[in-house]
Amino acid sequence: MRTRPFLVPEARRIPVTMPQGVGVGVRLAAAGILLVGFPVLAEAFGGRFYLNLVTRAMILGLACSGLNLVLGYGGLVSFGHATYFGLGAYTVAVLAREGVRAAWVVWPAGILVAAFAALLIGAMCLRTRGLHFIMITLAFAQMVYYGMVSLKQYGGQDGLRAPRTDFGFPLGDVALYYLTLLLLAACLGILWRVVHARFGRALQAIRDNEARAVAVGFSPYPFQLVAFVLSGALTGLGGILMAHHAQYVSPAMLSWQQSGAFLLMVILGGVGRFWGGVVGAAAMVALEEVFHAATIHWQLPLGLVLLVVVLLAPRGLAGLVEGRPR
Amino acid sequence: MPSGFPTTLLLEQLLNGLQLGLMLFLLASGLTLVLGIMDVVNLAHGSLYMLGAYFAATLARVTGSFWAGVALAVLATAVAGVLLEVSVLRQVYARDHLTQVLATFALILVFNEGVRMVWGPQALLLPVPQELARPLPLLPGLGYSAYRLFLIGVGAALAALLFLLIHRTRLGMWVRAGASNRAMAQALGVPIRRVFTVVFGVSAGLCAVAGGLLGPILAVQVGMGEEILILAFVVIVIGGIGSVKGALVGALLVGIVDTAGRALLPPLFLRLLSPEMASNLGPAVASLLIYLLMAAVLFLRPQGLFPVRT
Repeated sequence: MRTRPFLVPEARRIPVTMPQGVGVGVRLAAAGILLVGFPVLAEAFGGRFYLNLVTRAMILGLACSGLNLVLGYGGLVSFGHATYFGLGAYTVAVLAREGVRAAWVVWPAGILVAAFAALLIGAMCLRTRGLHFIMITLAFAQMVYYGMVSLKQYGGQDGLRAPRTDFGFPLGDVALYYLTLLLLAACLGILWRVVHARFGRALQAIRDNEARAVAVGFSPYPFQLVAFVLSGALTGLGGILMAHHAQYVSPAMLSWQQSGAFLLMVILGGVGRFWGGVVGAAAMVALEEVFHAATIHWQLPLGLVLLVVVLLAPRGLAGLVEGRPR
Repeated sequence: MPSGFPTTLLLEQLLNGLQLGLMLFLLASGLTLVLGIMDVVNLAHGSLYMLGAYFAATLARVTGSFWAGVALAVLATAVAGVLLEVSVLRQVYARDHLTQVLATFALILVFNEGVRMVWGPQALLLPVPQELARPLPLLPGLGYSAYRLFLIGVGAALAALLFLLIHRTRLGMWVRAGASNRAMAQALGVPIRRVFTVVFGVSAGLCAVAGGLLGPILAVQVGMGEEILILAFVVIVIGGIGSVKGALVGALLVGIVDTAGRALLPPLFLRLLSPEMASNLGPAVASLLIYLLMAAVLFLRPQGLFPVRT
């Protein structure tokens, strides 16, 4: 960076704190214990159904937390995050089709593919602002979608089977649950450090007032690009997990509806709130299940509930977890 | 193998592109004004198009006449549009784009499922009207669908009418003022809210015209709105948000590039590449051509071809 930002010493002094507010630590610990013990509980009651449901919620929560980094902390409305999710997932299926199933190859490859796509797309999209940013991220997502649909040897419109990668032992549903939980916790830990470090604070300063951030010496582009790549990598990891969960990938994972669903989950949970992605994904999965059980026309009540939340609770549901308004 | 493409094929693709472009314009013109004047991202615009098509198909069957069906569908959809504006969209004018995207995304879910509940999951059939259901000989060796020619005519006429409305009337002046600077227009006494309700109703009606008229060519089914909505957004971003002229130019560009790409790229690739690669690459490049066009336009002219905002 050309100019030395004079805010640095100040920013460094801000301590990295755990979530504040009465009882949040307790709630977090309780949630942790509940999630670790959940498979036993699920086995006792509903069997595999609830286990898979919670796995799905955690995977989507991971992908949404990635999106929340650019959307909430960067203020950048990416309408194309399904791209990174889908590319992560497709890496698993395509490598399996080509005969590569070793986990230590496939997982890093999936994350790298997603991150590299985010680097390329972000580098171009971040030159635009506002509405144009929304539209150009959508345009690139559509390009990847149509590109994948046209690759007939990888399933085209029909999608592709994605057998689970080889860890040296059979990866059952319970093992996948714990793997997901572990990765989610690790990624949230990384994100917590990132958004509370100098980098994260600069990113938020740029979001809040770009002109002022520039004036004190932060050039927005590199910060936003790094955030975009990290976000794409995390969402890509979510895609890899989803391929393991569903054991199947399809172009729908790359579709603009999927991008919209991610946005919807983040806003449901709370944009720019640390737990927004996780809470939103969990709430969305729960809502879907409840309405799905009640009626085949489950999208109608889901849409109405989302409409009401968007109109009446602009800060989302994460406030309930975080304990106090930002 | 003869060199060069036969001119009849070229002409036919050009007409197809023109027809798609003009129908796209009917959607994009409303979308661009809604976005330009009130700064509202309305994803549910495609739902109004779908609603128009369903209304047209149903009313055509009930009345026994295609024309009566489409005319009534336009009225019904315009009313639905005004109701939608008054009930939901007014709540999100003051909010950010993200909220608007989500509120209208939720509306898509509601509309799609509502339509599925009322009409069922099967696609509806809307037959081409009898009097236009035959090819017209345009050139020796080129018979072109009379119905598609009719669509070109209607699209061109409506585009001309819209230009007169926007450039020659008081309402149009208010619309242009609102699109270029809403706060200033309001300060100078333009009743923006009421103008906007009218614009929304008219744009919903235009959606229904496109939906009803495209019904016989495309399938009337749930999800039809989203496909064309994305295309309409590409059009207005290329043309410049808030500009009806931009919407027209953008729509024609997208229509012709898309149609020509799909028709001409695969055979072109077949000559340059191995058949296997060409059969893979041709359709892919053809379907992402318009997104490349949009990315290029945004890259070179971030405000679109005809910027409006001051």
